[in-house]
Amino acid sequence: MSEQKIVSRKFISLGYLPAWLEELALGRTVYVPRQEGRTVLYRPFVPGDLPEFSRRPAESAKHVLFPRSEGLFSFCRKGDPGAPDTRGLLLSESAEPGQAVIFGALSCDARGFFAFDPVYDGCGTKGIAKDVYYLKRRENTALIVKACKTPLSTCFCHWTGGGPASAQGADALATDLDGGILLQAVTKKGAALLESAKLSPATDDQEASARAAHEAAVKAMPSSPSLDGAPEALLGLFDNKAFWHAQSAGCLSCGACTYLCPTCYCFNLTDESNGIAGTRLRTWDTCMSALFTMEASGHNPRRDKAARLKNRVGHKFSYYPRIHDGRFSCCGCGRCIRSCPSSVDIRQIVLNALKENADV
Amino acid sequence: MSIQEELQAVIKEALPDVSCVIGWREGPEPLRAAPLFVRTPADADAFRSGYFAVNNPAVFLPEYKGGKVGVVVKGCDARSVGQLLAEGLIRREEVKVIGFPCNGVIDVDKVAVALAGACDPGEIQAAREEGDELVLTTPSGEIRLRKTAVTADKCGRCLFPNALDADVFVGDTLEPAVSADDYADVAAFEALSLEKRMDFWEQEMSRCVRCYACRNACPMCVCREHCVALSRDPRWLTQSDGVRDKMFFQIIHASHLAGRCTGCGECQRACPARIPVLLLKRALSRRVEDLFAYRAGVDVAGPPPLLSFALEEPKIKERDW
Ligand code: SF4
Ligand code: SF4
Ligand code: SF4
Ligand code: SF4
Repeated sequence: MSEQKIVSRKFISLGYLPAWLEELALGRTVYVPRQEGRTVLYRPFVPGDLPEFSRRPAESAKHVLFPRSEGLFSFCRKGDPGAPDTRGLLLSESAEPGQAVIFGALSCDARGFFAFDPVYDGCGTKGIAKDVYYLKRRENTALIVKACKTPLSTCFCHWTGGGPASAQGADALATDLDGGILLQAVTKKGAALLESAKLSPATDDQEASARAAHEAAVKAMPSSPSLDGAPEALLGLFDNKAFWHAQSAGCLSCGACTYLCPTCYCFNLTDESNGIAGTRLRTWDTCMSALFTMEASGHNPRRDKAARLKNRVGHKFSYYPRIHDGRFSCCGCGRCIRSCPSSVDIRQIVLNALKENADV
Repeated sequence: MSIQEELQAVIKEALPDVSCVIGWREGPEPLRAAPLFVRTPADADAFRSGYFAVNNPAVFLPEYKGGKVGVVVKGCDARSVGQLLAEGLIRREEVKVIGFPCNGVIDVDKVAVALAGACDPGEIQAAREEGDELVLTTPSGEIRLRKTAVTADKCGRCLFPNALDADVFVGDTLEPAVSADDYADVAAFEALSLEKRMDFWEQEMSRCVRCYACRNACPMCVCREHCVALSRDPRWLTQSDGVRDKMFFQIIHASHLAGRCTGCGECQRACPARIPVLLLKRALSRRVEDLFAYRAGVDVAGPPPLLSFALEEPKIKERDW
């Protein structure tokens, strides 16, 4: 349920949804859940198509704000015939990102950006080193989340401070009602999107039905354990090799978990050049890869998959919360569990850590 | 005793000799088992075999080289073990192979299709087998699916449901359902024009997130931490995520697996973007079967054809004189 103040509310009957999305798409890219092959992903809205709401997207929406591969700038070495000993370097900036709307993201997607925000806003540098690429997209993108009705067996947003109808981190919350969708804006950006003739005023009754739907969705979640002790428990197990070997036995060291995760924000920089010209690329990195901490000397402080899985879980449930007011950098979306080819379950690892720590 | 109980007993018996026995346990979702690593007799109680035990445990074997490890295998998994042995990637005396007759496994993607939007497969709360039906408990009531509609394609063409070369075999051997793999899927695809095939792959590969789950789930992918896709020096592949860059990697994977791929399908099952990458590998397996009469993980008496050299190949015409 939305903890935030609702600044405006509207109703859209299902028949008008395509027309409204088309209207939103004027001058912006509108991302919606879309069926592609046998999966559902966030893709630009194509007029004529309806968003896919019968299945939840396998990936998170993070690529809209944090592209998988982003050219930061391009470069070209230029020779000057008058000064053969010198070489110039021509740099060109990449284009400014445009306006975007994500319609039908999940609550956990929106909360995922909470993990990004302080880090990319320069938290570790007292605000000096801000990531302009991310921040610009964050500013240019509006998020309309759609409240979930039933949990998947892998969902645990409520363990991490979220909920199936939370609007935290979003600009508006959409709730399915009979024949249409109630839209509740929680930010000015959200309210601006609701200024459309395609939408009709919402009633108190509709808002009450939405509230009932949110309450039912919260009730449908299984009870949640307390993870209060997780940061200390994980730190306490830092040197317990046997524990991490057992937890990681099934892990294949691929990137599926981190690449689908709404909160994994690590990246890599490479210069992709061809002859004298090229591009500096920022691409997603993954701590599950052996290359992640490979140092130039050839030394790798995280030599095996146990050390790498320890980092993934430790970062989300210990190191991050210890410097960010106790907030986990996991929003409990369960995507890493669902798409892990080995069914590695991050919930279970955190619970095992709490138990192991309690036992010693 | 059920096959599962018999296997649990065999695992417990094997334990004193091995550091662990790899098998399956219930996973976080009713339709998906997870790998199990049995180190103590009590661990064996969690062992589950059957329709949901999809993962190929052979992928873990090279990690245990140098000590002795046990592994419970379906027929297809046993082919991976056979191929790993044929290539010297594991040692016969270091692995204890426990086999059983396999009746086929589920393809969760097919369940998603069969549900036809009734619910998200992730909403399934419980699943049980009833004769030739799969009964699913969902938030909107019970749904019954015919198992034939949701069984993995590889099971429909499986010639070796009984693990080859097992040290212990539990249960009675099964007759395979078919007598040959006709590669009908590959033939149908290759009947399309080159342009159509390229369009298909460009469309499919556009979903690739470059997580390399396909590579890491493959028991025969041996380079592991030294894969061309990640090496920076030399830099074989770019990190940019163009469709062609992604396709390039798949073609590299498929060609490195030519004559080594056993068709276990783990690459495709692991892909979170649900890209049918097995089709590429099967196209090459079909060629290798035609040219060299070699089936990976089965005809393992000699070295794999592409890891050896013959002056004259009977089916490859190199010159006219
Ligand atoms: S936890 Fe799963 S998805 Fe993540 S690296 Fe390991 S095998 Fe891949
Ligand atoms: S760690 Fe897993 S459950 Fe947590 S936010 Fe990432 S993908 Fe979701
Ligand atoms: S390429 Fe795919 S089907 Fe072939 S052995 Fe590897 S995982 Fe199995
Ligand atoms: S598993 Fe799928 S998404 Fe991941 S790299 Fe392979 S083809 Fe791409």
